[in-house]
Amino acid sequence: MKLYPFVIEILQILVLLAIAPVFAGWVKMLKCWSQGRSSPGLFQPYRDIRKLFSKDVVLAENASWIFRFTPYLVFGVALLAGCIIPILSTDLPLAATADVIVLVSLFAIARFFTALAGMDIGTAFGGMGSSREMTIASLAEPAMLMAIFTMSLAGGTTSLSQMTQVILSGQSVFRPSMAFAFLAFLLVAIAETGRIPVDNPATHLELTMIHEAMILEYSGRYLALVEWAGMMKLFLFFTLGIAAFFPWGIAASGDLYAVFSAFFFMGLKLGIEAVFLVLIETGLAKMRLFRLTEFLGSAFLLATLGMLSYFILE
Amino acid sequence: MIFTPIDIASSAVLLFLFLAMFTFLLSRRQRLMIDICFSLAAAASLLGFIAGAWTVAGGVTEKIVLLFGLPDLPFHLRLDPLSGFFLTVIGLLSFFVSVYSIGYVRGFLGKRSVTSLVVFYCLFIAGMFMVVMADDALIFLISWEIMAAASYFLVLFEHERIENRRAAFLYMVVAHVGAIAILLSFGILAGLATGFKDFSGYTFDAMRATQFPVGGATAAFLLAFFGFAAKAGIVPLHVWLPEAHPVAPSNVSALMSGVMLKTAIYGIIRVTFDLIKVFPWWWGALALALGLISAVMGVLYALMQHDLKRLLAYHSVENIGIILIGIGLAMIFTSFKLPLLAALALIAGLYHTMNHAMFKGLLFMGAGAVLHATNERNMEEMGGLIHRMPWTAALFLVGCVSISALPPFNGFVSEWLTFQAFLLSPGLPNPLLKLLIPLGAALLALTGALAAACFVKAFGVTFLGHWRGHHNPSVHEANWPMRFGMIMAALTCLLLGILPAMFIGWMDTLSAQLVGSKIGASSGAYGWMWLTPVAPERASYSGMIVFWGIMAVVVSTFLLLHVRPGKIHRAPVWDCGFEKINPRMQYNATSFAMPIRRIFGFLFSIRERVRAGSNPGHAAFPVRLNYSLRIRDRFWGWLYQPIVVSSFWIARHLGRLQQGRIQVYLIYSFITIIVLLVFL
Repeated sequence: MKLYPFVIEILQILVLLAIAPVFAGWVKMLKCWSQGRSSPGLFQPYRDIRKLFSKDVVLAENASWIFRFTPYLVFGVALLAGCIIPILSTDLPLAATADVIVLVSLFAIARFFTALAGMDIGTAFGGMGSSREMTIASLAEPAMLMAIFTMSLAGGTTSLSQMTQVILSGQSVFRPSMAFAFLAFLLVAIAETGRIPVDNPATHLELTMIHEAMILEYSGRYLALVEWAGMMKLFLFFTLGIAAFFPWGIAASGDLYAVFSAFFFMGLKLGIEAVFLVLIETGLAKMRLFRLTEFLGSAFLLATLGMLSYFILE
Repeated sequence: MIFTPIDIASSAVLLFLFLAMFTFLLSRRQRLMIDICFSLAAAASLLGFIAGAWTVAGGVTEKIVLLFGLPDLPFHLRLDPLSGFFLTVIGLLSFFVSVYSIGYVRGFLGKRSVTSLVVFYCLFIAGMFMVVMADDALIFLISWEIMAAASYFLVLFEHERIENRRAAFLYMVVAHVGAIAILLSFGILAGLATGFKDFSGYTFDAMRATQFPVGGATAAFLLAFFGFAAKAGIVPLHVWLPEAHPVAPSNVSALMSGVMLKTAIYGIIRVTFDLIKVFPWWWGALALALGLISAVMGVLYALMQHDLKRLLAYHSVENIGIILIGIGLAMIFTSFKLPLLAALALIAGLYHTMNHAMFKGLLFMGAGAVLHATNERNMEEMGGLIHRMPWTAALFLVGCVSISALPPFNGFVSEWLTFQAFLLSPGLPNPLLKLLIPLGAALLALTGALAAACFVKAFGVTFLGHWRGHHNPSVHEANWPMRFGMIMAALTCLLLGILPAMFIGWMDTLSAQLVGSKIGASSGAYGWMWLTPVAPERASYSGMIVFWGIMAVVVSTFLLLHVRPGKIHRAPVWDCGFEKINPRMQYNATSFAMPIRRIFGFLFSIRERVRAGSNPGHAAFPVRLNYSLRIRDRFWGWLYQPIVVSSFWIARHLGRLQQGRIQVYLIYSFITIIVLLVFL
């Protein structure tokens, strides 16, 4: 049975909305186990979101429309990105809307408005979070672009669906350039999604929080949207990595059976990736802010090495 | 046909000159003068815009020879797609700014006479129109000087302040050093065109028809590049720019930053692609390297500023750098005979030219509205203006998002096109360039991200949070003409962002003229909604879908969440339960940029001092802290200070010649005559 492309698009959105909290719960669960704690369960993020949606909103007195608009925008950006990244199938009608560079910029616009929302209330914490977030982002961006550059060399394209198809189309020989690009992407993804050692999503300790500092004043449905969008961003960065480096198993057409198996493979790969994420997060301590130049500098270096190895070896 | 584009453009110039000449008749009725003159200036700018857009769309080239000029050397004017494009940019922004000026210049009523502002404003725009229409070296330089002199007087408008006089002087010096270099460059080209026999080589037509020898062409290019770089504010010739742009009235700053710098870009393109035509790749590499340095240094310096207009002026350095990156890549691709890639890079650079004019004009107009309302340029004293100036805040935000290269606005499209041009560099046959050019793409990415950080700072500190100043002025929203000017510029930013394929299709004649290739057909291969610069499989972007997609999700989520009535309680700030918060505790411009200052500090000369006032009781609890921070441009010390010192030294020593006695001066004349008689 063939599915129409727009049906797949809708399926992707549903998967994104439904699976992102489960994935966040899975990461949290693994983390609890690896640290010898008992976990709140796989579905705790759902319960959190539901609770927040049913609560009233408490808004600071001088919050402007930017503060109230930002949660909707962040959520909208995450959903749109979910329509573009091949999660289940590469045959997406909206895939041509954006290549990888545009995708990165889509997340940048969400970050831009989150940083503005952090400054809107006029607290020291909000400004601190915004300042640090924008600093980290500006250091991460060159590394991300070099990684994209290296990825695009093999297929001669920056479109994510095309990249996936190039890898699927058989030249599955191990490419050193792709290995370097993957390592660089991994480091950047950790920085972009705010995980240890760059930022700690679980902390509310004043001097170490970055992302949490910006959203400190949110409550009720606004906080629910921001949190949900945060989980979707984590999920999307992982599926982006899967689509660009390990796309095997993804559906290349609208075949119903292929889409189901793609869903299964996606779950499997995400489950394994989460284990690696938790190993990194448990094994490392959070870095000082000014050590991050070394961390993101090495990401840049890895990506550049990938590019050089492409020109020299391939 | 009765009217042709060049007639319309010439009538626009004549209208400006007429306004400049007869404005003084209304000098007794200042209010009426502002209304009439700026409305007519807006109409004339619109004429220029129509002429330019028509020329580019039709791909026509027209010339006229004026009946006056120097004896036997008449002036030539010409309108081809390249000049048409720049005429469009200048006309469009001048139109917006003229509408804005109707409201903005009212702020000077009762304080000072604005006659000189109106006169030089009209002359300034007329000069820019003539620069792009000039078709011989003489009228080009004359128009160039009209433009420079008019803008000098505009910078000097509030001349009672010492910083304005200093900035205007510095601007004049740099502009003239540049003009001399351009003059020499045209001298070389004109001489080579006729083999140094007669003066007929001064027309651009004669230069176009000549095959220049490599040595002469290189000398001419380097001189012209130096001269135009001084005007465009390319690092290290940028120091006048952050001094002169902030002190001019804001409508003039918008024009200076938005379009005057672009005339220099026009000059570079005209001299290399049109007059010299054949060049080695290292010219492009030079332009690319200087563009990258300007982009990165410009944005880093901008981050360190706390004066809103100065910050915007440094961003002009950055954006001129980005434009130059596109042009440099186009030059490299052209020299390796890759016309399609050259067309892509050139279109990227020119697209950014258009975009920068629009968003920088918008931002300077917004900064002008803030200045008008608060009499304050220092961001450290501002905050919370979004509550009292909602229109200005929203429009300024559009400018911020556009300049930070975020989709779906226009700045992103041109940066994305530049990235695509970078990604095609592996097609170059030169292995060195193949390895080095991608690093340029990384620098461009760094620039874009730092620009976003800078505009979070600029918007956040100025418009969000609480008012930081000690006294609370009566802030008022901008008046309607100002708002209209800004609204039109903001809408243009959005349209250029979501309809790029149409705009690139319009620019086709331009790349056909300069590099002999078009990308319009391949860019619109999927229809007007999608932008596919080279091929749909390679890369594609649809600003339209990004914009409407995000909007659709935002609206539907909003409606879904408001099905069930939820309450919003307004309450004091939580701030982790800290109660004694006051506006001085907010992050300000200096603290926001602190991490970046620390990471990139080695590029500046920074002096940071913290002095603690001693407390006799407890050394650990000082009574007061004194913090001072001074950041200086390193280029000033390295490059300009030695020149300043040595020119003062020479002046001092030459000054000894002036004895003030008539006998001594007679001896000087006598000796001069003897020397001339002996040697000639």
